[in-house]
Amino acid sequence: MLDKNGIAKRIAKEVKDGYYVNLGIGIPTLVANFVQEDLSVEFQSENGVLGMGPFPFEGDEDADIINAGKQTITTLAGASFFDSATSFGMIRGQHVDLTILGAMEVSENGDIANWKIPGKMVKGMGGAMDLVASAENIIVAMMHTNKAGESKLLKKCTLPLTGVGCVKKIVTNLAVLEVIVGGFKLLERAPGVSIESIRNATSGTLIVEGDVPEMKV
Amino acid sequence: MIRKTVDNVQEALKGVQDGMTFMLGGFGLCGIPENAIAELVRLGIKDLSCISNNAGVDDFGLGLLLQKYQIKKMIASYVGENDEFERQMLSGELDVELTPQGTLAEKCRAAQAGFPAFYTPAGFGTEIAEGKETREFNGKMYVLEKAYKADFSFVKAWKGDVAGNLIFKGTARNLNPCMCGAATITVAEVEELLPAGSLDPNEIHVPGIFVKRIFQGKDYEKRIEQRTVRQRNK
Repeated sequence: MLDKNGIAKRIAKEVKDGYYVNLGIGIPTLVANFVQEDLSVEFQSENGVLGMGPFPFEGDEDADIINAGKQTITTLAGASFFDSATSFGMIRGQHVDLTILGAMEVSENGDIANWKIPGKMVKGMGGAMDLVASAENIIVAMMHTNKAGESKLLKKCTLPLTGVGCVKKIVTNLAVLEVIVGGFKLLERAPGVSIESIRNATSGTLIVEGDVPEMKV
Repeated sequence: MIRKTVDNVQEALKGVQDGMTFMLGGFGLCGIPENAIAELVRLGIKDLSCISNNAGVDDFGLGLLLQKYQIKKMIASYVGENDEFERQMLSGELDVELTPQGTLAEKCRAAQAGFPAFYTPAGFGTEIAEGKETREFNGKMYVLEKAYKADFSFVKAWKGDVAGNLIFKGTARNLNPCMCGAATITVAEVEELLPAGSLDPNEIHVPGIFVKRIFQGKDYEKRIEQRTVRQRNK
């Protein structure tokens, strides 16, 4: 089974040379730490920066330079700042190659829910609805089950949707899955995790074909 | 040259009234019009509708107006980080319209640029699209979103000149440029107000035509919401 860093590490392998990447809050943010250093990759944050670098050294924080999680950041050579309409132009116009975000639920037809629990939690969607509706290449990073132990990979989402039919790939603490016609296709198992335990933790249709390799992280 | 300068924040906010709709720039607490917000609190006007990406935190930004119950309706994309906001929303005291961030930015920009509405894929198939016109283009579904209408927009820039030209710093730019010229009256507060000719026309982010009033701001607190740092190598 993977921890959050393990999930991030596995997703980092999906980042290819020349990619512009948008990272959501939470596990996705960790992905930046594991991207191969010899790749030319730029990270976009939807509030209006391209070419994000690591957190600043203590004492160098600048209130005017933050990411979408409101964290203080730095920029790398080649970075740029822009307004939010331009930023979402990059996203909506599909200039961003890969979007990685978290989810509360994903359904087997690729629907995603991650912005609201009616009556309990309403924080808002931020840029998530724009991102999932626009991006061609979306990877969801999340735990396979919620804190109550219930599957987050469902036949149909129960929470208000963020987007429909948009998720293509999911990386969890247990598995790498692809959304295909008919359900979640199991691509890889986390180290030491059996197909049976993945099946038990997946409430939507799990499609298993042939030997499913253990993921390399 | 057309001069846009006013002497102070009181002058800049002349005409604000109960029941008006305001746009306020900023993302989180980054690049928010701190002086305009403080003056709105001092004036005590109420029943306001506010369009802003976030609603501040409990004791800063738009949270200051929420504390005084001056806001009737909040239009935002993300409202975490604010307990008083959540309390007023769940109790029904505050009307809240959550809007995808890119849509919110574009609804401002559309108002600025003279578009009554536009189609976006964001929110299709979700409760955001309920009651809205949808349409297919090239095999993909889009939602019709209308431009905002507002009485004032309050923005904050790094540098400005007396002609109302603006330059922003870092990600404090965010929604500020989209809101300039998107309301009947745009008020810009700047950290540094400069004489005409001091700013290179090549470097201007927002041309002065979109700004009605500009003033030298003061006492910027520039609070950091999430101070994240790394250790220096030993």
